[in-house]
Amino acid sequence: MKSYETVIGLEVHAELATKTKIFCGCTTQFGGEPNTHCCPVCTGMPGTLPVLNKKVVEFAIAAGLAANCTITQHCKFDRKNYFYPDLPKAYQVSQLYLPICRGGGIEIETGGEKKIVGIHEIHMEEDAGKLVHDPWEDCTLVDYNRCGVPLIEIVSEPDMRSADEVIAYLEKLKLILQYLGVSDCKMQEGSLRADINLSVREVGAKEFGIRTEMKNMNSFKAIARAVEGERKRQIELLEYGKVIVQETRRWDDNKDTSFAMRSKEDAQDYRYFPEPDLVPIEISDEWLEEIKNRQPELRDEKMLRYETEYDIPAYDADIITGSKKLADIFEETVALCGKPKEVSNWLMVETMRLLKEAEMEPENIEFSAANLARLVGLIYDGKINRTVAKEVFEEIFKSDIDPVQYVEKKGLSMVSDEGILRSVIEKIIAANPASVNDYRNGKEKALGFLVGQTMKEMKGKADPGLINRILKDLL
Amino acid sequence: MDITTLSALEMGRKIKNREISVAEAVKAQLEKIKVSDASYHCYITVLEQEALARGEKVQKLIEAGEFKDSPLAGVPVAVKDNICTQGVRTTCASKILYNFNPPYNAAVVEKLENAGAVIIGKTNMDEFAMGSTTETSYFGITNNPRNTEHVPGGSSGGSAAAVAADEAFYALGSDTGGSIRQPSAFCGVTGMKPTYGTVSRYGLLAYASSLDQIGPIAKNVSDCAAVLDIISGHDARDSTCVAQGAYHYTEALADDVRGMKIGIPKGYLGAGLDDEIRKSILAAAETFEKKGAVVQEFDLDAVDYAIPAYYVIASAEASSNLSRYDGVKYGYRTGDFENLQEVYKKTRSEGFGNEVKRRMMIGAFVLSSGYYDAYYNKALKVKAIIKAGFDKAFQKFDVLLGPTAPSTAPRLGESLSDPLKMYLGDIYTVSVNLAGLPAISLPCGTDSKGLPIGMQLIGKHFGEKEIIRAAYSFEQTQTGNK
Repeated sequence: MKSYETVIGLEVHAELATKTKIFCGCTTQFGGEPNTHCCPVCTGMPGTLPVLNKKVVEFAIAAGLAANCTITQHCKFDRKNYFYPDLPKAYQVSQLYLPICRGGGIEIETGGEKKIVGIHEIHMEEDAGKLVHDPWEDCTLVDYNRCGVPLIEIVSEPDMRSADEVIAYLEKLKLILQYLGVSDCKMQEGSLRADINLSVREVGAKEFGIRTEMKNMNSFKAIARAVEGERKRQIELLEYGKVIVQETRRWDDNKDTSFAMRSKEDAQDYRYFPEPDLVPIEISDEWLEEIKNRQPELRDEKMLRYETEYDIPAYDADIITGSKKLADIFEETVALCGKPKEVSNWLMVETMRLLKEAEMEPENIEFSAANLARLVGLIYDGKINRTVAKEVFEEIFKSDIDPVQYVEKKGLSMVSDEGILRSVIEKIIAANPASVNDYRNGKEKALGFLVGQTMKEMKGKADPGLINRILKDLL
Repeated sequence: MDITTLSALEMGRKIKNREISVAEAVKAQLEKIKVSDASYHCYITVLEQEALARGEKVQKLIEAGEFKDSPLAGVPVAVKDNICTQGVRTTCASKILYNFNPPYNAAVVEKLENAGAVIIGKTNMDEFAMGSTTETSYFGITNNPRNTEHVPGGSSGGSAAAVAADEAFYALGSDTGGSIRQPSAFCGVTGMKPTYGTVSRYGLLAYASSLDQIGPIAKNVSDCAAVLDIISGHDARDSTCVAQGAYHYTEALADDVRGMKIGIPKGYLGAGLDDEIRKSILAAAETFEKKGAVVQEFDLDAVDYAIPAYYVIASAEASSNLSRYDGVKYGYRTGDFENLQEVYKKTRSEGFGNEVKRRMMIGAFVLSSGYYDAYYNKALKVKAIIKAGFDKAFQKFDVLLGPTAPSTAPRLGESLSDPLKMYLGDIYTVSVNLAGLPAISLPCGTDSKGLPIGMQLIGKHFGEKEIIRAAYSFEQTQTGNK
């Protein structure tokens, strides 16, 4: 078998986190009863006209700046014409001729190697509605709630060579968009979608091979599988002397395979032309400067700052900044209670463990910084020990309870009265002469057993340090 | 006395002075329509009950001191059927929208209502405003009240005919390539297409978005100015509506053209123009000179390319704008289909008329890949050249004068068989839309058959006041005008 190189470019659609739609005042909130988040404008009623949401432009510019793009200061919208019931105007307002951002790049790292993935362009457009098939009535229903939700499409250069690079690029892109607050990037809700353009060629070949476009992956894992599957499929075809057809394919993650949707011959002619209902967007130097000045701290800067400002190890900083949500909780909590290393530990160890158990992403964390800060406070005030703290944290993680109230209600506070503790320990010493003997004969382990027994008697509500001290004292 | 022959402003004054009640005005108008619309068929929908109820309400509001600054309060108005009226069917004279009830009012309808207007009905038009005769309407033809054997022009033929027949005190039309001015000329009334961006298009069912503009059709220049005062102005819902604040067009109604520089494009008097119309225009030029204006002929650039450029751009936009009429959400849907493709195909085949189909096909073609540069892009370049030509002319002139149409109203049934010839009839009007300029058409005589001749005055960008002043001054020299 010859050796092949895989060439991959991505088209990523990200729904922007604006409150209202791109051309009307309807909410962009996910969900909602079908056809309740729409109006005559976003349902394309005759005679209605679009009015551009300025925030969409600002978000697109912010994304472009973060991806090192050149901003098109005189840009326009175009109409992409095609018939489909989820598209009530029968055209999508998008950008073809003058997209808002062009020619940038994003640095990725795989296996210790750094590389720049080029960004061809970023353009703004409106989302379409959703078709829902009703198997009982055997009919298709249309939900226009998503119609007119603003999107940016980020088109990469064909610079990626493996599934690892694709995932690294997507992870990086997702973090950038989340850090900017431009998109929440929830793949399950469709607010981040990626189409893969993939071709293979013999190593050393100058020309690209014939590419296919793969759609319908709804997780990074599915994307990795789809890349791998399509790479194999194409190489197999070439090895058998067959030709690759330029086509759009649909990934079926359950079957771990893809199906041809339409070939290039069936490709629609979208008859793009400038949208006459909108005036060109003029982005002044002042406006651009304003947006530049408002750019939030991105991940790389944040990581550096964590190491210096909070004095936490690079390893911690890497994991915490790996999610905007985690970083936000970290900073808010530290602002309330200090103790950055302590807070970092709760996020890196317990939070990660619970997320994994619940099969959740950090973005879905629901507990508040305030309650985590209270928990840290309880520990440092000596109110609860770490064993109890872990229990309490599970409750915080699950239902964001107030740990102070919880500890009080459940009576979990440590007994700090030395007199009570001393009398319990005296009883334990009396009841375990063998262990006492062992300890006196130099077996340090025996002390641990006695601490454990005391703790058991105290129902966990004692400071192990204190028990240790009293035990040694009495022995 | 037949009060329907009053001008809109005269009627407004009489209502204000309590000489005539709104109810009387509305009833008289409805009565007139009842009597004469069988002959002319200006209306697709007459709002009898609604207008009577609205009339009562407006009368009470006037008595309560409302509408003090509104000279047209209580005066019935006709609205072209491509302008959305909430809960009142708005058909664009097409089968595909035969049952479409908009859930909202167009911006101009809101403005009219805020000024105390009473909408009396929705007027006939060429289907989707595509045509020059009002013969492409799904709801039947409109006859020219000056001579029922002839067309009223189009596409706002119903509005122009209604005003000419005193079936409306004034009307709203829309003008994409001459659709207000040409029927006004054919019916012997006054119609004005404002500068693109003066009047909000929100609620106007789009034909060609970059060219469409709503404007008044009325019995005289003063009425047009008064209506424009009401309907113009900024609207946040239309990004292309760039007008700011109020313009007070009625302030320009002065009989004074002394020193005004009027240019006549030579190309507007050349081959293809009816001799009687040429004479009328030259006579009008003389009238202006007598009143102290300076009139001069000049060469306007790219006149010959205006029609092809217009039909490419307008059709391209139309092909996109009309794609939403697919039978899925509202309007006509074919009764019999097997799958989605068939819903689209049959609905649109059955729902649209030939002229609309022709333009959508031209539009789809000129936008298709491989032809875009050769047609659409080239047309945009021509548009820019035409605009530059006008800009150059307006460095020298205040107002341009010419005919509105190369002929008077053709006989019924003559035009549709030869669409290319029909398109050529738009020669003097389309370049104004391509350049986004204001223009007014007003009567300047009749031909030997007794059919009205219209002359056109074109202004520079937002130069409505100059053309209103010129038109008003000319109007004062004409007998028989109201």
